[in-house]
This record gives sequence, C-alpha cells and structure tokens, in this order.
Amino acid sequence: MIHCVLHDPRDSVAVIVVEGVAAGMTLTGLILDEDRTITLECRQDIPIGHKVALKDMAVGDTVLKYGVDIGKVVKPIARGQHAHVHNIKTKRW
Amino acid sequence: MLTTFEGYRRDNGRVGVRNHVIVLPVDDLSNAAAEAVAHNIKGAMAIPHPYGRLQFGADLDLHFRTLIGTGANPNVAAVVVIGIEDQWTQKVVDGIAATGKPVAGFGIELHGDHDTIMRASKAAREFVQWASEKQRETCKLAELWVSTKCGESDTTSGCGANPTVGNAFDKLYGAGCTLVFGETSEITGGEALLESRCRTPEVWQRFMFMFDRYQDMINRHKTSDLSDSQPTKGNIAGGLTTIEEKALGNIQKIGRRCVIDGVIDKAEVPTGPGLWFMDSSSAAAEMVTLCAASGYVVHFFPTGQGNVIGNPILPVIKICANPRTVRTMSEHIDVDTSGLLQREITMDQAGDRLLDMMFRTANGRLTAAEALGHREFVLTRLYESA
Repeated sequence: MIHCVLHDPRDSVAVIVVEGVAAGMTLTGLILDEDRTITLECRQDIPIGHKVALKDMAVGDTVLKYGVDIGKVVKPIARGQHAHVHNIKTKRW
Repeated sequence: MLTTFEGYRRDNGRVGVRNHVIVLPVDDLSNAAAEAVAHNIKGAMAIPHPYGRLQFGADLDLHFRTLIGTGANPNVAAVVVIGIEDQWTQKVVDGIAATGKPVAGFGIELHGDHDTIMRASKAAREFVQWASEKQRETCKLAELWVSTKCGESDTTSGCGANPTVGNAFDKLYGAGCTLVFGETSEITGGEALLESRCRTPEVWQRFMFMFDRYQDMINRHKTSDLSDSQPTKGNIAGGLTTIEEKALGNIQKIGRRCVIDGVIDKAEVPTGPGLWFMDSSSAAAEMVTLCAASGYVVHFFPTGQGNVIGNPILPVIKICANPRTVRTMSEHIDVDTSGLLQREITMDQAGDRLLDMMFRTANGRLTAAEALGHREFVLTRLYESA
C-alpha cells in the first residue's frame, strides 16, 4: 500500500493518501516523478491529505514540494511529524 | 482518442453540447417574472441573479459581457430576456442576436409583471418547441471548447485530480481544441513557472499585467493575513498549508505540453484555438460562470474535499482523487481517479478516463451536477454600484 506521495525527490514533505495513518507506522512513499518508493517512520497521527515531513527542518528553512518553494518553517519539524499550518507559513501576502 | 462528438451547430458556426432555452433577467428586479415564465413553459430555464442596477464603468461592461456571453453560448438554443426597462434589455438582446439565434426582449415598466409574463411566456413557448426539433450532428473534436477550474482543493488535487485534467488538456491541445484556465490569485507562488509556458513575451507580459492587477487589488483590501481566505478553511482542513502549495497544484491543470497562446479579460471571447488564460476570481461559481460567458461548452472541475458546483448552461464534470471524498460524496463525482495514488492506474489512463467522460457528456450524458440540479450562476462584481 502507498501511504504517501511526493512529486520530486528533493521535496521536504509528502502527502498522506490513505486514512488511518498513525504514529509508529512505517510509511511507504511514492515519488510520482520517478515512480519509485521510499520508506519512513511516522511520528504522529496524520489525517488523509495532510503532509508528513521527510526531513528535520529548522525555523526559517524553505519547504519544498513539487521541487518548488511552498513556504517557510515557523516551528521546528522532525522527520515523520505532521507538517501543516502550525509549523509552516506562506512567504507571500 | 475519439475525433468527433455529436453536437448542436448554431447559426454562427459554433457548436454546443446542450440545447437550453433560457429566460435571462437583466437585473435583480426581473427575477420574479423570469422564474414565472420558466414555471409556465416546461423546458425553459430561468437564470436569476442579484445584480444589474446602478452599475457603471468597467463593472457594468462586465455585467453586459457576462449576460450577453451566457445567451450567446452555443449550449443555448434561444433566449428570452426580461429587464425592468427597455434600453438595457435591448442592449442584451442585440448582443445575443449577433449570433443569429432567436432572442426576444421584454421590459417590465409600463406593463407590469402580469402582462410581461404573458408576452414572454408566448415567446418562450415558441422557442422551446422550435429548439425541440434541433438535431445533434457529428462535429470535429477541434470544435469543442473546454474550460477548467478546480475547487475545494486539497493536496490530492495537486497529485491526482489536477494532473488528470492536465493530461487531458495536453491531448485536447494537440487536437486543436480551444481551452482556458484562470484563477489569477491562485497562481501566486507559481507565476514564474508560467513564463516558459507562454507562446510569446507579449503573452507573458499580458499575463503579468493581469497578475499584478489582481495582487494590487488584494494588497489594497487585505487585512492582517489573506491566509484566512486563501487557502480556504476547506483547503486547510484538506491539508493545503500555503497559497504557494495551492498554486502549484492549480498549475498542474495545464499539463506539461500545452502552450499559453493568449490572455483574456473576464468573460471575453477567445479569438482562436489553443490554451487561454482568463483573469478571474478563484471562487468556483464566479469562475465557471465566466467560462460559460466566454463561450466554453464543457467544464473540467477537479476537486479534493468535494465541491458540489454546477452551472445552468455549462456541464461541469467533477474529477476526484481523494478516496475519502469519492466514498462520502460519490453522487457528486463523475470521474474517480483515486487509483492514481495507489499506482493502480497511470496518469495517461486517468486522462483517458476523463476524456471518455468528456465525450459521453458532450454527446448528451448528464453530469452529476446537472442531475442534482446545481445551477450556480454568479456574476463577478468589480466594485460597488453607484
């Protein structure tokens, strides 16, 4: 089963695509642009559609998705944690 | 891929996939009479809306362009126009009549609702019976105009439903169709990626003029954080975090090979085939209404969390890759591409699945939104009335 997908191998987050992802699970991630998989340990319960961090990130780091800048880190994020509005913000507006 | 579909050819050469007779109010005051006519005459559809009085300048121009474009759309066979007074009513009638289709206008002043409803009902009855004899004929795929706009997006939109539209758009572009995308504020964060997609530097400059104009409007009116609105609460619940992330998902809809051949303002009619960018709001019903007014006859609407939108005259095909939405809101989804995210189908297969549904819809199959009676008709306003 594919638990999460990312677009570009450089991406720092992946999208959870199944329901019921919980802390402690080993996730299989599909890299869409390369059609190969990766695995990572999930550290938090994450709803379908929300993102899991693929690397440790510090405040001010740029978050990459689609291989492109989608915003900045505003609270530290560890690999396997839930990455969303509580720790990432837009650089616009 | 099929190369033909069965459509209704109109006098101006354009091809529609529906055969509606509509009763179009010029203004809010005329909604009651328009709805009464549609109640009297089975097969006539009223399209009520809340605007049309004391508008001026560019906002009034857009109002007329949208009403005339809606009546002129080839999915419409004939039009009854009703307004509170004769002059603006006649302006809408004349604009629609340029297509050669039957159109009749009625002003309420000096007559009242009863007399207006009686006269307009007689015209609507003639139009409905006339339209009912129109036959579909075989038309070339290149004659199909297809629009796209996504809504209630989530992260599955960017990796599933939107690239499905992109795959289909790449194929339709190659077939010579006339295509459009828009949602100006939802390009924010991805605008630089569009430069290499524009046909000429002039197209890019025109796009950036529209983009900067929209950003200026947002900056004039925004409060502390537009993130309260863009992404929407529904987007955030679905996992989208920033406008940049949403924009990059939005851009997936134009595929990988389509070239942006031109830029149009709201409800303007494209002057040739290819992919057009239309300056437009990202609010679903506003954008889809503008697409219909620009002359598009089939709409691709990818969704993640499950938008339920339809349009009175434009069939809206919903595409979804979120397995939870497909399960909980199945009556709204026309094309399920959730298999993409489990590697059960390829992007090429997903695109073909959408195109298959497009041909079936063009040939007459009702979309989920049509069957459910979704007829959202929402006029874009640029500023207050005088």
